[in-house]
Amino acid sequence: MPTVKSVETILLDHPDAGRDHLIPILQEIQESEGFLSQESITKVGQALAMPSSKIFGVATFFNMFRFQAKGKYHVMVCRGTACHVKGSGRSLDMVTKALKVQPGETTRDKMFSLEVVACMGACGLAPVVNINGQFYAKVSPMKLQRIIEECREKEQVHANA
Amino acid sequence: MFAIEANGQTIEAQPGETILQSLKRGGINVPTICHMEGLLPSGTCRMCVVEVEGFGGLVPSCSYPVAEGMKIRTNTPVVMQTRKTIIDLLLSNHPDDCLYCARNGNCDLAKLAADNGIRERSYQGERSHRPKDLSSPSIIRDPDKCILCGKCIRMCDEIQGVSAIDFIQRGSKAYVGTAFNQGLNVSSCINCGQCILVCPTAALSEHKYVNEVLQALADPEKMVVVQHAPAVSVTIAEEFGFDPGTDFDGKMVAALRRAGFDRVFDTSFAADLTIMEEGSELVHRVQNGGPLPMFTSCSPGWVKFVEEFYPEFLPNVSTCKSPQQMMGAVIKSFFAQKENLDPKKIISVSIMPCTAKKFECNRPEMGRDFVADVDYVLTTRELAELFRITGVDPAAIEPETADTPFGERSSAGKLFGASGGVMEAALRSAVFLLTGAEMKDYKIQALRGMEGSKELRVQVGDLEVGAAVVSSLGQARKLMEELKAGRSDLHFIEVMTCPGGCINGGGQPIGADKAAIKARMAALYQIDSADQLRVSHKNESVHRLYKEFLGKPLGHKSHELLHTHYDKREVLL
Ligand code: SF4
Ligand code: SF4
Ligand code: SF4
Ligand code: FES
Ligand code: FES
Repeated sequence: MPTVKSVETILLDHPDAGRDHLIPILQEIQESEGFLSQESITKVGQALAMPSSKIFGVATFFNMFRFQAKGKYHVMVCRGTACHVKGSGRSLDMVTKALKVQPGETTRDKMFSLEVVACMGACGLAPVVNINGQFYAKVSPMKLQRIIEECREKEQVHANA
Repeated sequence: MFAIEANGQTIEAQPGETILQSLKRGGINVPTICHMEGLLPSGTCRMCVVEVEGFGGLVPSCSYPVAEGMKIRTNTPVVMQTRKTIIDLLLSNHPDDCLYCARNGNCDLAKLAADNGIRERSYQGERSHRPKDLSSPSIIRDPDKCILCGKCIRMCDEIQGVSAIDFIQRGSKAYVGTAFNQGLNVSSCINCGQCILVCPTAALSEHKYVNEVLQALADPEKMVVVQHAPAVSVTIAEEFGFDPGTDFDGKMVAALRRAGFDRVFDTSFAADLTIMEEGSELVHRVQNGGPLPMFTSCSPGWVKFVEEFYPEFLPNVSTCKSPQQMMGAVIKSFFAQKENLDPKKIISVSIMPCTAKKFECNRPEMGRDFVADVDYVLTTRELAELFRITGVDPAAIEPETADTPFGERSSAGKLFGASGGVMEAALRSAVFLLTGAEMKDYKIQALRGMEGSKELRVQVGDLEVGAAVVSSLGQARKLMEELKAGRSDLHFIEVMTCPGGCINGGGQPIGADKAAIKARMAALYQIDSADQLRVSHKNESVHRLYKEFLGKPLGHKSHELLHTHYDKREVLL
């Protein structure tokens, strides 16, 4: 478990931080809170005397930051070379359509969030998808659709129970 | 001065200037996109490249310093082909929408393409589709027409100190947006429209209300009343091909009548009224222990800026409504009574140099009983459009004068259109109100001119007044920081949101350079020096309004109609 640090503590760890500390600070916040909220960006802006538009601009420049909390199921689709060659692009298309979200976003019911990652170090199993830490190997669009439906069904059962 | 050679001719250059500046003075045009007068070059678009003998490759002329003996070529095949390619690439994902476009006929990008002989599409790039942002009452953003030159961002950040927008994402996905992609209406944008003035395309434009006004004009049930701001008469002529600085005051009044307005009033009258109220407020603050310094409140971009960034200074902002809103309030009260009309039957339109006025007239406190004091604000540009649509040619008509009871004005009121003008008008009247004597010379040179920050200490009766004038919110921010750090020698501070004042407002004709803005300013001072009535406190119509209706400055009725209050605003800063 990563320790949960408040934005305030993180900022205290960077006394007299200049704009060059922005990226490390944002990384620590994302590590601790899972995403960059408007609130945290405002706090960082105050500490570094930077407008939030600029911080948002810098943060979106890099693919690693997300701006919505993760969903209950965090779906990571690998777009590394091996997975790409084996057609992970089609799975990604399928899942963006099925969930109606783009990479980096979370569904309205907060159930699913989507992330695109570079090689997950499991190229032998390509194309690879990882949901909440569990690896799925040789994922075709059909297979991914089934996995997602299973997640949904599980939630239904929970809800009815 | 030293000599350089450009396209085989000898031209003069000055040490410290860029190649572009020398070429321009020598009469050689080099196209630019990202270059902004008065700001450091960003060097991103490369549109301005030239060949310099002895240099490998092309040199961006907007950022490269000129040097003695340089041999420059601006029209070799390589240079011309490079320009074409840059434009081709910009056009490759641009919508072919010129016919229906807000900048049709007045577009820098279309002009670049035409001037460089581009007559067909060379590349078909993938179009991006991002929704328009229609959320702001002042500004419309259409990201599909954006060519990512970055000028709006620099304007908003470096000149206005607001930074509502920035580049979001990167590469082929990059676009200009607000923090968290919010609508401009909930961002820190203060609606100044300065970004529109620098945008080479229709990616930024004003929220138009021309159709709504045309509809009102066509409605026989409605009395449509119009007011025009001090800075509009000296710029509207540019829209009809006249030189900057041409005054169309009387012609514009006549043209407004031809276009169908039932009454034409002059906002400069309300500026005189503002001087009476604001002058009295300043005296009251001085005699009753503050809070001081007092800031002017006529510029709605500035007011929103304080509400967002410096709420601790809100008690220092004059409670006076802006001249536009004062005029709106007396139109829907005094004038309605006089005409025996239900205020709901009056449509009050105002012609402003400003996009932020559109936001201001929508503020909930600017009206009573669900009747807004001002219904629609049109910019100078929209007024030109209205004249064209209705077939009125202001250039061709005989001048007329504005209507009573709000048509008479002093030239002090007219000065509200230039940075320093409100202060000059206020001091003229303050001297009289506190000493009973008129100033020997009304002209206060120290407050005139294009500088972003001007200061003056003047003796008014027993009081030495510390006066400061700033224009552009970047300049205002500097002064606010000085005040926060404890500066305490100032009593009265005039702030205008736009650099140089309303003559350079975000609603003014597009494409004005520094010289054009100076000419507009000079036109206002020319009007003042030639006028019979040069002080607000001698405006007879203002006196009559107090006698018949308002009572006295800061009186009960004034408070109800002419004053307002401000609140801290929560936006993402
Ligand atoms: S912005 Fe200019 S080039 Fe683009 S559609 Fe409008 S007029 Fe045409
Ligand atoms: S209108 Fe003014 S404050 Fe708003 S984005 Fe444009 S430059 Fe910035
Ligand atoms: S909106 Fe206009 S000024 Fe801003 S980057 Fe795009 S084209 Fe340039
Ligand atoms: S490329 Fe996908 S796991 Fe290596
Ligand atoms: S105008 Fe020189 S690089 Fe853009």
